[in-house]
Amino acid sequence: MPQLINASNLHRYYADTHAVNDLSIDLQQGDILGLLGPNGAGKSSCMQMLSGTLAPSAGEIIINGFDLLEQPNEARRHIGYLPDKPPLYEELTVDEYLDYAARLRRIPKSEIHSLREQAKQRCGLGEFSRRLISNLSKGYQQRVGIAQAIIHQPKVIILDEPTVGLDPIQMQEIRKLICELGKQHGIILSTHILPEVQAVCNRVQIIYQGKSVFNSDMDQLQKNSQIRLRLKHPPELQNLQNIDSVSSVTEIEPGHYLLDGEDILQHTSEISQLCVENGWQLSEISPQRNTLEQLFMQFTSGEQGLAEGAADDF
Amino acid sequence: MIFNIALRELRSLFYSPLAWIILAIVQILLSWKFLSNIDIFFSLQAELIKIRNAPGVTDLVVAPLLDFLKLLLLIVTPLITMRLLSEERQSGTLKLLLSSPVSMSQIILGKYLGALIFFLIIILLCSLMPLSLSFATSLDYGKLASGLLGVFLNVLAFVALGLYMSSLTRQPGIAAISTYGLLILFWIINIAGNSGGEDSNFFNYLSITHHSIQMLRGIVNTADVAYFILFSLGFILLSIRQLDAQRLQQ
Repeated sequence: MPQLINASNLHRYYADTHAVNDLSIDLQQGDILGLLGPNGAGKSSCMQMLSGTLAPSAGEIIINGFDLLEQPNEARRHIGYLPDKPPLYEELTVDEYLDYAARLRRIPKSEIHSLREQAKQRCGLGEFSRRLISNLSKGYQQRVGIAQAIIHQPKVIILDEPTVGLDPIQMQEIRKLICELGKQHGIILSTHILPEVQAVCNRVQIIYQGKSVFNSDMDQLQKNSQIRLRLKHPPELQNLQNIDSVSSVTEIEPGHYLLDGEDILQHTSEISQLCVENGWQLSEISPQRNTLEQLFMQFTSGEQGLAEGAADDF
Repeated sequence: MIFNIALRELRSLFYSPLAWIILAIVQILLSWKFLSNIDIFFSLQAELIKIRNAPGVTDLVVAPLLDFLKLLLLIVTPLITMRLLSEERQSGTLKLLLSSPVSMSQIILGKYLGALIFFLIIILLCSLMPLSLSFATSLDYGKLASGLLGVFLNVLAFVALGLYMSSLTRQPGIAAISTYGLLILFWIINIAGNSGGEDSNFFNYLSITHHSIQMLRGIVNTADVAYFILFSLGFILLSIRQLDAQRLQQ
């Protein structure tokens, strides 16, 4: 898979604030990378730097083989960017605006029409061609913002909180659109909504205080799971540990356990059968996914993980 | 690319009522001034016949009209230039330009050209009035052309200064008032020069008025033309630098 973004060791200072601290981001074709982080973590700064609207204080950004600082025009040709506030000229109609966006991206005149229609159709803006952008609702303005970012079919699409302000149905549609776009492009999106990341992203990176504190494939995350088990007549702990597929058992309280093991979710039925055969009186057996929310809290609570790492730095 | 940006600028301008209202008001004021100039010319005509080498209709009607146009443009320019960059920054649309494969100089020149075309329309409409006189009398076209060139050079300078002021701030109001301040300063700076002290030449050189007054009399001096071109070029370069620097500071 071709490498689309290779950003290494990015730093960004605002006066005395070190907003982005030694952040590296990679993106391959077909990737949908979710950037997570609490408010003020440096997500937007990071995306602005990747889109070329903000110069990094230090670091290097390569977009599709072109250095964003050395060859800005070649690199920017491959970027579609939706800032946190869609950059719309409200006095223009949707068509006029999209045509202008296409011309700015140096699309030949002959292709503008077809690309514009395609972008509109993808974003569900078909009937709004001649409407003034200022008269559209917030959700539709957001769609125009997305259409603007994809009209020139860039290799890299950077979306800063793309579903903010949308109603649940529109959110679903935009997520579907992002998944579809992700097949041919590389997408980076930032969001506060954790289930959104779970729904659309195949990679996740958590940023906290300007640093990358977690970076993993979603598949990896899914594998990391446990089984929660509640028994009315619990046996000795040893008996549970002796089950083949179980590697370790954590006792939360008597009769309430978390079972660890490789691919343990595949073995749920065997374990429940064992419980029945031995008369342990099963009252609950449920998959316990290591959820993003847990991870997010763990990495951004400021106590675990990062705090230790940060302490080493100073 | 410059032309695309200029075209968008013009389009947005004419979609807002501001441009039309400015065009209308400038036109009304100019025609009033034009009519009163003609009135004055008629009342003086009897006297003029007695003088040898008397000033003609171009000197008595057209020159004051163009002088008045310059004053009106001084008032109008900041209203148009104030939003060029500050509004784009405030509404976030600048990010669209910055993330596109467009260089800083293309953005600035596009904006400059867009505003310039608007003022060319005003100058063009204004020049129709003196030209209408050519049905009734003979005009000194040389003087008219040099006068119009003077107005045009003034506009080049005004817009460049306004554009730079607009690149400095997010607030269009602040951009407008600082443009007014500097333009009026350059307008009156030679008042100090006229007192005849040692610095007078220096202040005279800086003054916009000093450099444009001759052109109304039909004298095109390369030093005057150079002044306006340097003035405009200087502020355009400053705007490009400013836009570039903003990506670093913010």
